[in-house]
Amino acid sequence: MSVDQILVLGVNHKTAPVEVREKLAFPDIEVPLAKLGEVPGCTEFCFLSTCNRVEVIFTSATPEKTVRHIRSFLFADSNLGDEEATRYTYLYTGADAVNHLYRVAASLDSMVVGEPQILGQLKDAYREAYARQCTGTILNRLIHKAFSSAKRVRTETNIGSSAVSISYAAVELAKKIFGSLKNKKVLLVGAGEMAELAAEHLMSQGCTEITVANRTLKNAVTLAKQFNGKAVGLSEIIPQLELADIMISSTGAQDLILHHDDVKPIMRPRRNKPLFLIDIAVPRDLDPKLNEIDNIYLYDVDDLSQVVEMNKKDRQGEADKASAIVTEEAIKFSNWLDNLALTPTITALLGNAEQLRKTEVERTLATLDLSPKEIKAINKLTASLVNKMLHHPLIHLKAECHTQEKQEKIDHLRKMFSLDVRD
Amino acid sequence: MLFTATYIIYSVAVILYLVYFSSQNKQVRLAARRILTSAGLCHLGLLILRYVEAGHTPLTTHHDTVSFFALSMTGAFLAFRWRYKVKNFGTFVSVVILALMTVALFSSRNLYPLPPALQSSWLLVHASIAILANGFLALGFCGGVMYLIQDHELKKKRFTLFYHRLPSLESLDQLTQHCLSIGLPLLTLGIITGSLWAKQAWGSYWHWDPKETWSLITWFLYAGLLHQRLAIGWRGKRSAIMSVIGFLAVLFTLWGVNFLLPGVHTYVR
Repeated sequence: MSVDQILVLGVNHKTAPVEVREKLAFPDIEVPLAKLGEVPGCTEFCFLSTCNRVEVIFTSATPEKTVRHIRSFLFADSNLGDEEATRYTYLYTGADAVNHLYRVAASLDSMVVGEPQILGQLKDAYREAYARQCTGTILNRLIHKAFSSAKRVRTETNIGSSAVSISYAAVELAKKIFGSLKNKKVLLVGAGEMAELAAEHLMSQGCTEITVANRTLKNAVTLAKQFNGKAVGLSEIIPQLELADIMISSTGAQDLILHHDDVKPIMRPRRNKPLFLIDIAVPRDLDPKLNEIDNIYLYDVDDLSQVVEMNKKDRQGEADKASAIVTEEAIKFSNWLDNLALTPTITALLGNAEQLRKTEVERTLATLDLSPKEIKAINKLTASLVNKMLHHPLIHLKAECHTQEKQEKIDHLRKMFSLDVRD
Repeated sequence: MLFTATYIIYSVAVILYLVYFSSQNKQVRLAARRILTSAGLCHLGLLILRYVEAGHTPLTTHHDTVSFFALSMTGAFLAFRWRYKVKNFGTFVSVVILALMTVALFSSRNLYPLPPALQSSWLLVHASIAILANGFLALGFCGGVMYLIQDHELKKKRFTLFYHRLPSLESLDQLTQHCLSIGLPLLTLGIITGSLWAKQAWGSYWHWDPKETWSLITWFLYAGLLHQRLAIGWRGKRSAIMSVIGFLAVLFTLWGVNFLLPGVHTYVR
């Protein structure tokens, strides 16, 4: 074959348990890239390592040998034998490899389908490989196309939009209430990982001001510093609520900290602006009756989990749509790759024929004594013979057909004209 | 003939909007909007034809009034659409338009000679402004209904198709507000022109004719809503409910008055 095969060899959360994956952790990207460069037959390569996957995307003219080398490199630090290593890894070749990479980029192969980080991680991996000139014509194009198909998936499906964690669900609901979250004010009462995560997500969506209230003011000050906000005592919640748009509550209090009758009077001074109350605490902090007040929307942990469950179901449908897009894009790339194999074949074929013609014409002319006009005629005659002879094979080669068939055609032709034999 | 054609085009637009609502396919939405636009243009042609046929502004029969009401809604919607987009608004609006067209379809299309008192260019000005106001107020009604549905979804936390399809509460609130702030001035203008015409035709500005009374009640409802909004911040749910109630008053002024409380506005028959 004239063009190298594209392969993907790797380990992910579906094929290997975490005990195996953690043994393959490569904290520093430089080492694996340097090591892969030494693998014989590994022409172009890119190395991707995240918490759920380690994979090598590479091209090779001698796939079998290279795969063995790369596998032993990946499992070098583990005490697993080659047979076991093979069981935990997946290997994709050709069109399957393209399809797999596209699925990874579009976050269809992720543990949480649709999570957005993977694309960034792949971009980083590619940047590192590109900077060290590990990638070439094929991988450069392949990975760029993987990015653009991932982008297409993002814009044409809702795969990334549904919230599959509590804090994302809170952001989604906030958007259904306020539209844009620009310049919205958040009041964070109490502390806790989930509450902080929710606050962080809201801030990243455009909420500008954050106020932190805590029983101990010192803790409030520390947390407020983290978000660039201000700190208040627990007694100031109600006046603060008058200014806020979103309140996240997660105190360890045993009783309710905010009652229906505390909040009702502040709606008038708020000019009835909507208020979104998120109660992450268990036991609950906020009076369930607050939800009965007009323009107040109260969600507790169970309500938010319900949103998450609903979104998970929706995502499956979107994932099917996304798969269709990815397949379509992968086929486009495979077609390009086929033509890449086609072009050198045509060039080689024409080159060989021309070489042959020249040699033979020169040999004949050496024995004859002809006028320039006659020489020109002979050249023209032979050239046109060559062109006419090759016309139909070339038409046959270029004709649209199935990928598999195209590869076979190229193979046959290269054998027929011994294009791969170098002497 | 042309009316039936217009009616059919509107129906196709509604079907497409409903298909879009369930599938959310953007191509279907584009098709729906184009068909609604052509229905509107067809409708405009129909109105001109009616004008020629009648020899005066054709807003004196029940059929023509309701038909023009539907057209003004289409026009108002398309003009709005051009200014800013609200997700799935078209589906709600087109259904109301088709409902009005259905009422028009079943009312008599006969034209009768106009009594001398009504033969004035005030007819054109007064009637068209008043009905155009209805068009915008009807859009406000659609916005209000959408707000109430979305509010219900968010409060009850039982999410149906609508939760995903409808835009945020904030944008629905603004939409309703926007529709009313155009509809109310037009309604005011409609009442003023009517009163000027009444002075010219019958010698006094106000007759306490049922239609006049109900227009005034409608006007007070909407003006009250806008005033409360500016003064004490009535917004969200209450304002949405008011925009629905206001529209019911509009409908009563249009139909209730004519069929239950006859007066000078009773259509020529």
